Amino acid sequence: MTSASSAADLVPGRRLAWPALPLRYAGFAVLLALAVVGVPLVATDYWYNAILIPFLIMALAGLGLNLTMGYAGQASLGTGAFMAVGAYATYNLLLRLPGLPLPASLALGGLIAGLAGLVIGLPSLRIKGFYLIAPTLAGQFLIEWTFNQVGWFSNYASSSSISAPRLAILGRDLSSPAGRYALTLSSVAVVTAIAWRLVRSQTGRNWRAVRDGETAAAVIGVPVARAKLSAFFAGATVCGVAGALWAFAYLGTVDARSFDLDRSFQAMFIIIIGGLGSLGGSFIGSAFIVLTPILLTHLSEAVLGAGLDGGQVSNIQRVIFGALIISFLIKEPNGLVALIVRLWRRLVR
Amino acid sequence: MSDTILELADVSLAFKGITAIDGLSFAVRRGEICALIGPNGAGKSSLLNILNGVYRADSGSVTFEGERFGRIRPGSAARRGIGRTFQHAALFGPLSVIDNVLAGLARHSRTTLVEHAFGLPRDAAETRRFLQAAEEILAFLDLASYRDRIVSTLPYGIQKRVDLARALAARPKLLLLDEPMAGMNGEEKRAMGSFIEAARDTFGLTVVLIEHDIGVVMSLSDHVVVLDYGRKVGDGPPEAVRNDPVVIAAYLGKPH
Repeated sequence: MTSASSAADLVPGRRLAWPALPLRYAGFAVLLALAVVGVPLVATDYWYNAILIPFLIMALAGLGLNLTMGYAGQASLGTGAFMAVGAYATYNLLLRLPGLPLPASLALGGLIAGLAGLVIGLPSLRIKGFYLIAPTLAGQFLIEWTFNQVGWFSNYASSSSISAPRLAILGRDLSSPAGRYALTLSSVAVVTAIAWRLVRSQTGRNWRAVRDGETAAAVIGVPVARAKLSAFFAGATVCGVAGALWAFAYLGTVDARSFDLDRSFQAMFIIIIGGLGSLGGSFIGSAFIVLTPILLTHLSEAVLGAGLDGGQVSNIQRVIFGALIISFLIKEPNGLVALIVRLWRRLVR
Repeated sequence: MSDTILELADVSLAFKGITAIDGLSFAVRRGEICALIGPNGAGKSSLLNILNGVYRADSGSVTFEGERFGRIRPGSAARRGIGRTFQHAALFGPLSVIDNVLAGLARHSRTTLVEHAFGLPRDAAETRRFLQAAEEILAFLDLASYRDRIVSTLPYGIQKRVDLARALAARPKLLLLDEPMAGMNGEEKRAMGSFIEAARDTFGLTVVLIEHDIGVVMSLSDHVVVLDYGRKVGDGPPEAVRNDPVVIAAYLGKPH
């Protein structure tokens, strides 16, 4: 790719750094094939339960927030709440409409979370930038409180956590670790493919236009209000599917406490570290967030020995984790995905 | 169709008591290039901002295409066919040139989120149509070789042209240009001037522009409106305005 592009390189300005589209499709296909065929050959139950399933689900939650915040520039701390709505909605659909197949319940649960996102996104029509965090934070607390207080949502279970119904598609039981991985992987693949279409469409262009210059976007005729609300709707729908998977495929229970503000922050860290405005960044950020603590645990056990107090180890982990995040952001404010793209460019040169 | 496309009647605007525009009235004929000139702070940019709804006039009215409005929102101004470029080329920096121009087509989009998400036939057809329209505009402004460049990495003069391309893509009836040649050298100014004239002739536009280079104004425009402290001090064909003693005192200065 030297002689063909040399004439075009006389034109000033940089191209988009990504590899060409066919190459990216090929890359996706290889990754998907690895995840579908390669992983089940080698993965143990520990890998499914502790690494692969949470990695995929948090990548999906990050992807949802990335649509709202990374693409459309609407900051949100409501991710945990949208996940909770998705989880409780799917739970109630499975409980009250037993005839509904699992994929339909997941999709409907996501769409109900999307409607919650639409409502919580309404203040974005008047409030701009980081101030928007305040109303989404209020939504987070309100929704978490509602699920804890209103018994109907948890079918009046005596404890605040309720066990999820049996997972099955077309009579095939999916409750084994491999089955829950298959459910997670296929849901994540389908939702990611739809999100990929969306961000490259006119909707995605309108989102980015609003993010990069709201006044200019309004003046040239971009429907700003519709772009903001659709970004909240689409983002919360994806987060809702992630929440339902978190409850059914990962925890095995539906519990509002697992969708608290910490979860919202975790999703935000994932996309800031991985790359705002990049679908791939959500996966890279999630890998970092899920894998680093496990890595640190193993490291600290090896270095400090098993004799150390567990609480102290986890505190040290947090310090190291935070320091890593800060140093990454100083080195590469556009996230790990930008680092990888730079490496790629250096390789092809 | 009436001969007058835009008419301002007694428009005033003040920011916290400081008058920016003071009882301004003038009319723009269909198909003309009308230049707004005047010293810094004369209210030129504020006037453009009123016309496309970024600011709301305190009093007076604007009549565009026979429709009178006192207040208008930016989106509704765009839908009525008022396009705009910005003094500092307020482009979408991280996006490519083609994506910036495609964003300019947003107001013509008739497809929905669901169609975009699943790539349904209507979305595919509209995408094809939009790409063709955007590429035509890029070719028209000699920007085709910049198609996939990231806008923020382009030289300033090219960015101003991309800004024009984004505005033209929406096929406006009235195009407001805020200092389209600011910071350009003589050659770039001449090129931009001929692009503006070509756009007017090809797309049947009416142009209202702000420009400081009086040589450019005299050669490009059919009609000049002179502002000073928010008031109109001159209005007429370029030759008449150039020789008006009031205008010379307010803006052009005495010939040395």
